[in-house]
Amino acid sequence: MAETLAAPAPVGQRTSRSLGTSRSRRRYWIILSILLVLAVGFAFGLLAWDNPMPFSTSGFWRIAELRAANLVVMVIVAICQATATVSFQTVANNRIVTPSIMGFESLYVAVQTSAVYFLGAAGVIALQGLPQFLLQIALMVAFALVLYGWLLSGRYANLQIMLLIGIIIGGGLGSVATFMQRLLTPSEFDVLAARLFGNISNAHTEYLPVAIPLCIVPAVLLWLNARRLNIVSLGRESSIGLGLNHRAELMKVLFLVSILMAVSTALVGPMTFLGFLVATLAYQFADSYDHRLVFPVAALTCFVVLSGAYFVMRNIFYAHGVVSIVIELVGGAVFLFVILRKGRL
Amino acid sequence: MISLSEVLKEYSSEVAIGPVDLEIPRGGITALVGPNGAGKSTLLTMIGRLLGLDAGTIEIAGYDVASTPSKDLAKIVSILRQENHFITRLTVRQLVAFGRFPYSKGRLTVADEKIVSEAIDFLGLGVLENRYLDQLSGGQRQRAYVAMVLSQDTEYVLLDEPLNNLDMRHSVQMMQHLHRAAEELGRTIVIVLHDINFAGHYADRICAMKEGRVVEFGTPAEILTDDVLTRVFDTPVRVIDGPNGPLAVYY
Repeated sequence: MAETLAAPAPVGQRTSRSLGTSRSRRRYWIILSILLVLAVGFAFGLLAWDNPMPFSTSGFWRIAELRAANLVVMVIVAICQATATVSFQTVANNRIVTPSIMGFESLYVAVQTSAVYFLGAAGVIALQGLPQFLLQIALMVAFALVLYGWLLSGRYANLQIMLLIGIIIGGGLGSVATFMQRLLTPSEFDVLAARLFGNISNAHTEYLPVAIPLCIVPAVLLWLNARRLNIVSLGRESSIGLGLNHRAELMKVLFLVSILMAVSTALVGPMTFLGFLVATLAYQFADSYDHRLVFPVAALTCFVVLSGAYFVMRNIFYAHGVVSIVIELVGGAVFLFVILRKGRL
Repeated sequence: MISLSEVLKEYSSEVAIGPVDLEIPRGGITALVGPNGAGKSTLLTMIGRLLGLDAGTIEIAGYDVASTPSKDLAKIVSILRQENHFITRLTVRQLVAFGRFPYSKGRLTVADEKIVSEAIDFLGLGVLENRYLDQLSGGQRQRAYVAMVLSQDTEYVLLDEPLNNLDMRHSVQMMQHLHRAAEELGRTIVIVLHDINFAGHYADRICAMKEGRVVEFGTPAEILTDDVLTRVFDTPVRVIDGPNGPLAVYY
């Protein structure tokens, strides 16, 4: 492939745009269309499969409407996870990290566990409701901001150290949670365990009016910032050299990422592997460095993976909702296959 | 003109760069030379605003580096460091086009594309322009980064050891390219060099640093003497007349 690409383009056709050749352009749009078809297919499948009423009767749509809430949740989670992970990997200049290692999920697990620990099985109920949902988001965003603000403004401002401290704090919170889980009665633990798997059914429809704007606004802002993100991916020194205020850019992106991650985690629970999986796949599919091309592919891939996993779980294994298991199993296999075949991230 | 006055960077009570007072005139190539740890790269990164100062001021063409907005400075000075984070799935041409960011903010115009093409051709990268960066050799990648800096189209260009990883032939070619850039494009190039003979042959001025201070500043003829080089590098150096000018012999 290298040889064909190396041929000099004829004069007048030299362009620096991503998707400069008609072949790469065609390839990108074909992949995007396939993802779109898959997404629509799974979405329709989730609405229509096993629907007892005949298609296009009013009863059909009534049942479909009930199921549509789950679809909306999946769209939100897909946009959140995909956009957040791609942006986070860019500012971290590292393709093998995910924002969840910054302690979001450990914090979520710790909050859920301590609720059950202190309040018993009623604790799970105590954490449901719009104020509690908002409180969890606020807590996670505040936690992230304190960490970023403290670590990125000091004398030894360094993203790698910040990541390391994030992992350590996450590990600490995780241990505390594990310790409390040990002391729970089996029935309380059983109630808790259901909350600790990423599960679409964890979400309640009453959260959606808040979750939708909290997902759309940061995602759109990151999308509008895509050209700057392209520069940030060159690293700190090159981006300053090109006139970017690198630290401000970093703080802005990390803030938006923390909102997206907090919304997704508070909505459905931990999805550690999902973001990483779709970001890596999206770079393979889009075959470009350009965030403006990678973001839509990543979000669509994420939705296809989520809805596909949900469809399989619901209609083949009858294990309603616990999608993170399928995602990690099938997604991990796909991920290994793609990496081993292509040989680069 | 780049002027530094009382520039100071303190790492500890023993290790400090400066105070440095220096005026680098417009035009030509100025080489920063000196032993390891003399502070050449640190000084260059401070001029290029990648590192803050503890005291003093640096002005480039009359603009204070500390107070001028970074996006305005990006049209006056460009800097290339030794180690660059390189991303996959980026072609040479796309990398060079990043140099136009201060002007285009990522929306390339026809004029931008023309400048990008010129920078690529200037460094002889035309046949490689659609290759991905990870398909290039170290020397080719180095040239691609220099092309990016040139396409930034700034009057002042700062380069930190661009000859690193380059073999004899590519080092000579790189210096010839830079010499032409200074001559034909009227750029002011400040470059950190390790090989004193490269500095002696291609630079218009040499600035010698030692232990965080500028100890010598002058034309190659003034710097390339037994005395000066032996003192700067703390090692016996003899300067002999070579076929293309003076040669420092130190081995």
